[in-house]
Amino acid sequence: MSIDFDAVQVGDTLPDDPIEITRTLIIATALASRDYQDVHHDPVLAVERGSKDIFMNILASNGMVDRYVTAWAGPNARVNRVKIRLGVSNYPGDTMTMKGTVLAKDEQARTIDLEVVGENSLGNHLSGTATIELPETIELPEVTA
Amino acid sequence: MSTDTSYEERLQAFVGREVIARRKGQDAVNQAMIRHWVEAMLDDNPIYTDAEAARATGRNGVVAPVTMTQAWTMRGLKAHLAGTGGGAMSELLALLDEGGYTSVVATDSDFEFHRELEIGDEVDADEVVAAISEEKATGLGIGRFVTTVRTYRDQHDRVVAVQNWRTLRFKPGTGRSAKPAEEEKPRALRPRPAINLDNQFWFDAAKEHRLVIQRCADCGQLRHPPGPACPHCQSFDWDTLEASGEGTVYSYIVAHHPPHPAFEYPLLIAVVELAEGTRLTTNLVGVEPADVTIGMPVRLEWLDADPDLTLPVFRPVTEQEQ
Repeated sequence: MSIDFDAVQVGDTLPDDPIEITRTLIIATALASRDYQDVHHDPVLAVERGSKDIFMNILASNGMVDRYVTAWAGPNARVNRVKIRLGVSNYPGDTMTMKGTVLAKDEQARTIDLEVVGENSLGNHLSGTATIELPETIELPEVTA
Repeated sequence: MSTDTSYEERLQAFVGREVIARRKGQDAVNQAMIRHWVEAMLDDNPIYTDAEAARATGRNGVVAPVTMTQAWTMRGLKAHLAGTGGGAMSELLALLDEGGYTSVVATDSDFEFHRELEIGDEVDADEVVAAISEEKATGLGIGRFVTTVRTYRDQHDRVVAVQNWRTLRFKPGTGRSAKPAEEEKPRALRPRPAINLDNQFWFDAAKEHRLVIQRCADCGQLRHPPGPACPHCQSFDWDTLEASGEGTVYSYIVAHHPPHPAFEYPLLIAVVELAEGTRLTTNLVGVEPADVTIGMPVRLEWLDADPDLTLPVFRPVTEQEQ
């Protein structure tokens, strides 16, 4: 099910989505994005490089925004833009809660700007905006006998 | 700060250069890699794995998540283990290593997507350096921000996506704390002033780092805090005078309790008498509570507390300055 573009209002909030930051999640997403930087899978090397542990890579952070906004908007939605600033790291054992608000709507372009934040116990892991588009759905004519 | 001019010049020579030449991804867009991605991301959107569900949304078939665009152009583990990929990016990274900036963390990503990739699409990418900052002290360590622009194109030469990407290259172990993330946690915002039509001009001027004093346009009496009418002659006409910023401590207290998360304690709260004669409640900076005295000369400084709030604070004037 996809959201009804016309029913969306500026100021609407998206349901919070808490994501458990496990080692598996950090490593699986890093490898799925083909990012083999050791700070995303090797705790010993991550510490040597000045981090307290392995941490989520930015491709995964972008992916989490993508997932969050399309889970809300539904499969009809297309993602036009994801603009994020990275704050504190997503370390294993933490929970990142995704939060979102409707910032603006463009009736002509059928786009929605969403403010998105991913917050963990240390602060904001990511904060920024995502723009999604909900193309007009084609109404199939009713079949009459 | 680095004073090595030749190093700075060599670094800045990279700005505007293509550091990664247009390079095709190893594999065309395929279901296996998409599945790997959506399973790792815990993403249940059916358009990535179910052609029928994707067609029901007006698509031609399965599409790849747009945020996966970069993944198609990654060079793979073998090349990663073999070291840097050669070319200008390797030169830039070697130069950053030479400067001691051996650690890296991504700070900003602005990704614009022009189209969704379908199974069989071939993606390539190039990368151009947009900016390299001067050396900065950050929570993680001393480093430089490197901004690049990556352009992703498909087999028909259409731009698929454009990504502005900023990373911090820093010297490990030079951060403010062994736990950089906690250090980076922003302090709570100071309480908001109650701004109304009568006092807005004062806070607006503060944002421009001007300390103004309200002056009666009829009798010339100065007054603070701002108000609509002159307490001296009851006139509603007024203008402002810009304060010199010189003053003396008229009175002060040292606040210990209750703590507010925006402030550091002990907190020095003072009434400062300006050279022009009016007094204002403010904070004292650059002085220990034990060293404050009544009548102490102080000078205006500006505190840009957060993007929406600028406030005047006062620092004792040293004997030398007097």
